[in-house]
Amino acid sequence: MKKEKLVWMYRMMLLIRRFEERAAQMYGMQKIGGFCHLYIGQEATGVGTVAAMRPEDYLISAYRDHGHILAKGSDPKAVMAELYGKGTGISKGKGGSMHLFDIEKRYLGGHGIVAGQIPLATGVGFAIKYREEDGVVVVSFGEGAVHQGAFHESLNLAKLWKLPVIYLIENNRYGMGTPLERASAVWDLSQKACSYDMARDTVDGMDVLAVYDVMEKAVNRARKESEPTLIEARTYRFRGHSMSDPVHSHYRTREEVEDQKLKDPLKGFQEKLLKDKVLTKEDIKEIESETKRIVLDSVDFAEKSAEPELDSRFEDVYV
Amino acid sequence: MATSTYLEAINQALFEEMERDESVFLLGEDIGIYGGAFKVTKGLYKAFGGDRVIDTPISESAIIGSAIGAAITGLRPVAEMQFADFITVGFNQLVANAATLYYRHNIPVPMVVRAPSGGGIRGGPFHSRNPEAWFFHQPGLKIVAPATARDAKGLLKSSIRDNNPVIYFEHKYLYRRVKEELPKEEIVVPLGKANISREGDDVTVITYGAMVFECLDAAKKLFEEHDISAQVIDLRTLQPLDMELILQSVQKTSRVVIVHEASLSGGIGAEIAARISEKAFEYLDAPVKRIASLDTPTPFSPILENEFMPNAEKIYNAILEIMKF
Repeated sequence: MKKEKLVWMYRMMLLIRRFEERAAQMYGMQKIGGFCHLYIGQEATGVGTVAAMRPEDYLISAYRDHGHILAKGSDPKAVMAELYGKGTGISKGKGGSMHLFDIEKRYLGGHGIVAGQIPLATGVGFAIKYREEDGVVVVSFGEGAVHQGAFHESLNLAKLWKLPVIYLIENNRYGMGTPLERASAVWDLSQKACSYDMARDTVDGMDVLAVYDVMEKAVNRARKESEPTLIEARTYRFRGHSMSDPVHSHYRTREEVEDQKLKDPLKGFQEKLLKDKVLTKEDIKEIESETKRIVLDSVDFAEKSAEPELDSRFEDVYV
Repeated sequence: MATSTYLEAINQALFEEMERDESVFLLGEDIGIYGGAFKVTKGLYKAFGGDRVIDTPISESAIIGSAIGAAITGLRPVAEMQFADFITVGFNQLVANAATLYYRHNIPVPMVVRAPSGGGIRGGPFHSRNPEAWFFHQPGLKIVAPATARDAKGLLKSSIRDNNPVIYFEHKYLYRRVKEELPKEEIVVPLGKANISREGDDVTVITYGAMVFECLDAAKKLFEEHDISAQVIDLRTLQPLDMELILQSVQKTSRVVIVHEASLSGGIGAEIAARISEKAFEYLDAPVKRIASLDTPTPFSPILENEFMPNAEKIYNAILEIMKF
């Protein structure tokens, strides 16, 4: 893999990590309100995925969406401003943390209802095929979403119609506080693809290069053969479900969280890049300071941005 | 001029819009080879092929959700619910996704969900409903409910061209009962404009869908028997409501009866009555009267269903009652 791409992956994972840490801090200071779900711990899954896509390919995700929109290349300033609910936010302050969206970057949300976005991706895949384009669409959702009818209806349609859609389960083990083993009759989630005779894969979602490899295969399958794929990425969130859920809640043990942190995707990737001499310690330091600057600028932008105009509350209900 | 049924008018609108714009496509259960449960899409599969008239599995959530996905990436899907009752299975996609995408992100969702609605066909509890009020409560959706063949055609064409998600309630009782001469020229009826189906000065009767004809029957009889002149307004579009025309009429007549086939409580009539009392209270000579189906599920038994639904006789009596004030 080209150095450029490796460095982009590292930079993006770091940006997401630092962005989320700062968002948490600002949330604690009550600058950000509402519901806020951090992507810390899952960065490798989102970044490995986007690294395997072209800029014109579509990405759709659920409400833990800050990492996805940043990986798709949206401006961190507009994203942070949206968390603040400011008029300069990427959804003009009307969406908030869970409903980010950037049509220019082909990021189609940011959706607040579990599994609700999955059929949309199926339709985007349909539109790509209808117009005979060669794009693909990736839809990400948590493992809690696979128990919804919308997931199954979508997989069936995508295989039946041979659509260029990749269904990505980001299995972070907990649907809020309910572990997979208490919610699912099967543990190996990509098995669900068998019901639809669909290609499937399972990957360590804490390893960005492994995610990239698996996603690249699926993207090629979608682009060249117009065939869908179901991928389960096994990952873990280091923070609570949302800002109102403590890191060490009663549904999982402190030991489990600490044990998972030993597999920190960012740390592991950094070590690999140093070992392979892709980056030096100086490079790492420089990237760290550049990233900090980007994140602080985003906070500064959000802080200084005006609230939405009150008149805007009636705007955009209808075209 | 040629005679067309309400059903044929819908078919013509679909045909013409598909011919006009390649981004228009249809999807739904058995709409292709079979031609639709009611044969509304008959002939379209043959004319446009399976790539544009798409038979889907019985998956309302995926049908509506896929339509949304296709709409936000540049196509103009027209999804069919086999019966309006089945729209519940795709409810989340309509109210959470389709209705809010423009508000959240300024992404237009140019799609239509066709929903064959209404009773009087002995369909029983799950094949007779008029669920428009559920969607009336969700800002971001447009709601259309034609009564005539001309409007069925012209409103569907406008719905397909509209950049908002539109739910198009086509009344299945009217499918083959309504027949009209339609002109050869293109018919496009704008959304949001009600129509005066019968001129009158003494009382305003506000209605839509199949009840338009019951109201017209009642109005005719009232004029013949009591010299009462009722102005019958066919709303045609429920969201947005043509309040301008409603208020003009109320100011003229000072008496209002609202008639709909959907159940009474929480129905669209309640909202119209509230708006009239807020905006034209001083013009009223009598309380606003609502006539609607009973607040029960739809019964199957013909005897029970006849009692359940409004009809010309009930409307006639209601108008006589409020004329006493």
